[in-house]
Amino acid sequence: MSTPLIEMDNIEKHFGPVIALGGVSFSVMEGECHCLLGDNGAGKSTFIKTMSGVHKPTKGVMRISGQDVVFDSPRDAMEAGIATVYQDLAMIPLMSVTRNFWMGREPRKSFGPFKWIDFKHANQVTMDEMSSMGINLREPEQAVGTLSGGERQTVAIARAVYFGAKVLILDEPTSALGVRQTSNVLATIDRVRKAGIGVIFITHNVRHAMAVGDRFTVLNRGQTHGTAKRGEIKPEELQDLMAGGQELAELEGSLGGTI
Amino acid sequence: MSDERLKQVSAIRRAMIRPELGAICGTILVFVFFFMIAGDSGMFSPEGIQNWGVVSAQFAIIAVGACLLMIAGEFDLSVGSMIGFAGVVIAILSVQWGLPVWLSIISAFIICVALGALNGFLVIKTGLPSFIVTLAFLYILRGLTIWLSILTTRQTIIGGVKEVAQGDPLAWLFGGVILKDLFQWLGDIGVIDTFTRGSRMGQPVVEGVPMLVLWAFALIIFGHWLLTKTRFGNWIFASGGDAQAARYVGVPVNRVKILMFMFTAFCATVFATCQVMEFGSAAADRGLLKEFEAIICVVIGGALLTGGYGSVIGAALGALIFGVVQQGLFFAGAESSLFRVFLGGILIFAVIMNTYIRRMITGER
Ligand SMILES: Nc1ncnc2c1ncn2[C@@H]1O[C@H](COP(=O)(O)OP(=O)(O)OP(=O)(O)O)[C@@H](O)[C@H]1O
Ligand SMILES: [Mg+2]
Repeated sequence: MSTPLIEMDNIEKHFGPVIALGGVSFSVMEGECHCLLGDNGAGKSTFIKTMSGVHKPTKGVMRISGQDVVFDSPRDAMEAGIATVYQDLAMIPLMSVTRNFWMGREPRKSFGPFKWIDFKHANQVTMDEMSSMGINLREPEQAVGTLSGGERQTVAIARAVYFGAKVLILDEPTSALGVRQTSNVLATIDRVRKAGIGVIFITHNVRHAMAVGDRFTVLNRGQTHGTAKRGEIKPEELQDLMAGGQELAELEGSLGGTI
Repeated sequence: MSDERLKQVSAIRRAMIRPELGAICGTILVFVFFFMIAGDSGMFSPEGIQNWGVVSAQFAIIAVGACLLMIAGEFDLSVGSMIGFAGVVIAILSVQWGLPVWLSIISAFIICVALGALNGFLVIKTGLPSFIVTLAFLYILRGLTIWLSILTTRQTIIGGVKEVAQGDPLAWLFGGVILKDLFQWLGDIGVIDTFTRGSRMGQPVVEGVPMLVLWAFALIIFGHWLLTKTRFGNWIFASGGDAQAARYVGVPVNRVKILMFMFTAFCATVFATCQVMEFGSAAADRGLLKEFEAIICVVIGGALLTGGYGSVIGAALGALIFGVVQQGLFFAGAESSLFRVFLGGILIFAVIMNTYIRRMITGER
């Protein structure tokens, strides 16, 4: 097997006395969608924030393409090709689609000491990228607030992909969406995966996970019970694992690639 | 492929629906109103224009700073006290200590911008609302100003700046007028009235364009360009729109906010320096309530109090409305207390209109 794009080895994260993560291992391969499931407070968000440089792990090692790394800031993670789309923080609604799309990496033109945003180029690229994701914008200056929840997620995903993300982390992108918008986002995930990007898809909806996932990891109170491949686990079993699993003992047998 | 739900947006609608539309309408309304009630009072003669132009320019200078800061999601209530403080610093250094005026001005700028940075630093580090932190500075700076002034001169007004500023290499930038020749020529050909008697006989009644007005234009153009055209401007919007979301994509939110506090302090110091050069004196009570007037201009101009949305041009129009109303009622011979009634009315009108426009643009519900 090839080296994973990103590998988290026995990651622990403590917040004072709270042990949010108690030794979680996880990896993503190229072109794979790895679903991270878990109930509220299981530690999913904490885990991916560690991956994206927001938190520093208390213990454990992170590897990118086999190399040990330490991230000091979200910027470091971004530069290493890890892009994160946060559920409610994906976009700034008051600002235009273009301004959101390029935020933090605005393309510039300059004349002498003066530098300004190259809006012509920025608008053009934004329109093109959006239509390649199946969204037709009225105009690139349109405020993100006028887009639907699913469209906002898609803009955020398109942005991450455009800026060369190798690993895309999606924190509950579908939890607030209706049926149609959810299927749009799932279709986007599929499209992104086919382009060779590793996707980490966080959700508590087993059906959404089953629709696109290649592998599944369940987090429960900061612990994993292992990782299962597609076809090795039934939706009901995932559901039980998430709930804390009374039938945990029996189920562990069915988790093929237990780490 | 096109979406059948997208109505074609007409060019007119697109040009109309902008953050400063409320302020544009307000400006038109105010001018029409004063043309009607004070059209023949001299309000629109060159002298009259200079009168309300200067007042508006004063508001505009502090409104630009307040506008960018508010869009970045913060307030500065210490602007008024900072104006008093900066003026007294200049006067004490130059008149009392005998430092060259240019050095006094530069020192005041450095001290005040550093205080702005301190404001910002405290807001960022404590996580307290800037409203509270800068309210503390409103009192601290005003108190310090009075204390310093009494300590050094035993009074709260320090005069004599004009005398020491004669021929100073920097002071001219904040006082006096430019384009004197042009205005003299306009006077000669009769476009502008000239004095018919006294020592200034033959000189035009309006000498030129005050440096203060030039500062206002320079700051407005700079602020507008910075906000709408540059990367930093995008970060200002982002910091106020959603600081956390901005941080996640790598925007240095803390740096942006602290720099905006510093810029606000810079604008306050420009205001103070111009005032000291014009009056030739500093007084410890200068700048009273200016922070609120700046915020009112910005809000009339279409900015959102909670940040992330607004326009420098709008804020400048807000300042113009403010200046024209304040001076216009005087020209119209109205009771000066009516100024506040009128202003309150305009504030409500503009804010209601701005809210509707903003909802149209941003899809807020
Ligand atoms: N900054 C923090 N300080 C202290 N405790 C924290 C912090 N962040 C998270 N926690 C704790 O860590 C645990 C895991 O939280 P986390 O947000 O990762 O859960 P989650 O799996 O994302 O849940 P949800 O599905 O509700 O989003 C919770 O008990 C939470 O209270
Ligand atoms: Mg979460």
